Amino acid sequence: MTVASKPLEKPRPREGSPWTGLWAVLFKEMADLLTSSRMRILEVLIVLTAVGASYAAMSQIKQSIGHDPFLFLKLFTISKPPIPSFVEFLSILVPLIAISLSFDAINGEFNRRTLSRILSQPIYRDALLFGKFLAALFTLTLVLTVIWLLIIGIGLIGLGVAPGGETMARLLLFLVATIFYGGVWLTLAMVFSITFRQPSAAAMASLAAWLFFLIFWNILAGLLANVIRPVRLGLPQEVLAQAQWQIALARFSPTFLYGEILAALLNPAVRQVGLGLLLPLLPQGAIPGTALPLGQSLLLIWPQFTGLIAATILLFALGYVLFQRQEIRA
Amino acid sequence: MRQAVIETHALSKRYDQVLAVNNLNMSVQQGEIFGLLGPNGSGKTTTILMLLGLTEPSSGQVSVLGLDPARQPLSVKARVGYMPDQVGFYDDLTAAENLMYTARLNGIARKEAQKRIAETLQLLGLQHVMHRPVKTFSRGMRQRLGVADVLIKKPEMIIMDEPTQGLDPEGAHEFLNIIRQLKDEGITILLASHLLHQVQAVCDRVGLFYQGTMGLSGTVEELAREYMQHGYRIDLEVKGEPQRIQQALQQVQGVAQVTILDKNRYQVRAQGDLRAETARAAIMSGGKLLSLNVEAPSLDDIYVRYFQEVEHDRSQQAA
Repeated sequence: MTVASKPLEKPRPREGSPWTGLWAVLFKEMADLLTSSRMRILEVLIVLTAVGASYAAMSQIKQSIGHDPFLFLKLFTISKPPIPSFVEFLSILVPLIAISLSFDAINGEFNRRTLSRILSQPIYRDALLFGKFLAALFTLTLVLTVIWLLIIGIGLIGLGVAPGGETMARLLLFLVATIFYGGVWLTLAMVFSITFRQPSAAAMASLAAWLFFLIFWNILAGLLANVIRPVRLGLPQEVLAQAQWQIALARFSPTFLYGEILAALLNPAVRQVGLGLLLPLLPQGAIPGTALPLGQSLLLIWPQFTGLIAATILLFALGYVLFQRQEIRA
Repeated sequence: MRQAVIETHALSKRYDQVLAVNNLNMSVQQGEIFGLLGPNGSGKTTTILMLLGLTEPSSGQVSVLGLDPARQPLSVKARVGYMPDQVGFYDDLTAAENLMYTARLNGIARKEAQKRIAETLQLLGLQHVMHRPVKTFSRGMRQRLGVADVLIKKPEMIIMDEPTQGLDPEGAHEFLNIIRQLKDEGITILLASHLLHQVQAVCDRVGLFYQGTMGLSGTVEELAREYMQHGYRIDLEVKGEPQRIQQALQQVQGVAQVTILDKNRYQVRAQGDLRAETARAAIMSGGKLLSLNVEAPSLDDIYVRYFQEVEHDRSQQAA
């Protein structure tokens, strides 16, 4: 053969790192978020929540409970109607904070006409999106940690009892779970900020999704389970199968997953989540009311925990793909 | 021969059904001011985005400073400054803070950045407002801040999209002076606009865009010679015998038509600037030359003529 085979030209990879400029974006965005007026509003909300909920919980604890090894956890879960407990507050407040941090992440840049100017600097889009996401997540972490510390501080003063090691471990895991629960809403709002040009539309869509999962999805899950596995004869198997379906469907909602995590982490007596919350079944040989060790509680909600983190990553990946494909011309 | 810093070859970009840029070939030389002219929606902005690697071409090749923007976008964007149409800033941040962000994105160290920010703001006359939030800035100030923003990275080339749109005449004039200054510093400038007077005032060469292709390119004079035959109008005021003077003027090489307007006033249509030749002819024929004026064809005329012709060709083809 005389014809020299031309070597196949490999497509050259893009030069440089996709993270060039990430720190610059991260610091600038965090500075923006922390000094913004929405942050002021959040700060007021935080203080009100922490003080209100812990005050209510403390007055309740003092009345009813004498000796409890997990007294400190009660601070977070006990409510004094009409004031909801702190975790009830949180499950509403966290999505709101998260959404408010990122509903205008990308479309805001569009509307200020800064996007094309920023992207014409020597950075990739990856750095902008990831920097914005991290900035919002760090801000959320900061906000939640402040509330968390406030409650613990108020508890220390009010109850006069120091939390034990396991209690602190449970509280720390609770904080991490709460951050990722916020992370889901944060990334969802960010995806909407990429797809909708108007920040108000993105905010409305995010709030609609939140309301849907908070209120309607549980109802829908029940209805769907009833359609898929109707109870015809009233047999226990039928009821059980339907309940299993209902739980499985309900777990698509991050709010439900978060609820399960909270139940297991903050109440060591909980031995089963999901079905256990619906039907009071006990594993054989278990003594009702005794506490599970932390490892066992964690094992119980490990799938829920990873589910929340996975949802955050998946939503971010979706936003990433959408943003990479978006035309940046106004 | 100067080096070409922008070159495109058969460049095309398709958005769904619309062909935004169609088989574009253009080249820009180092150190010149090149004007991209064309109506809105003729593909100017899309071309610019492809030059910067912000949009991928559907087909064809682009080379900017010898680099491929689609594969080496970071190097291209580090050396080319882009000032978008209606440049935007973070309104709550001050001018200096906005520029600092740009500097940080370019990987410029804080200390060096502060020095450059002070220098560029001084250059553009914004030093006294550098610590004021951008929301208090007027349109003209924002536009100058846009230039400062581009200069922070010390670019070899600047691409500006409609930089004078929305500026008042004085602001626009000032802005054109800034562009000339940048050229004097050896920066190549690509200017996209539909404001022809301004383009004509600063550009070395222009390219006329129409439906995604560049129909014409060259200096304004070249275009005038090619597209506007007898585009120059020379007005003379000569005292003397009308018949003889008219005849003499007629005989000058390059003159197409001589009309007598009224007593002592003549209008000559010619291919170029024939002031000297017509003046000599008028004097040699025994007249007294009182005044002499020339009007060169403007880019406006060329532009209108060009689009008329393109439309005409198209309608003929369609028929």
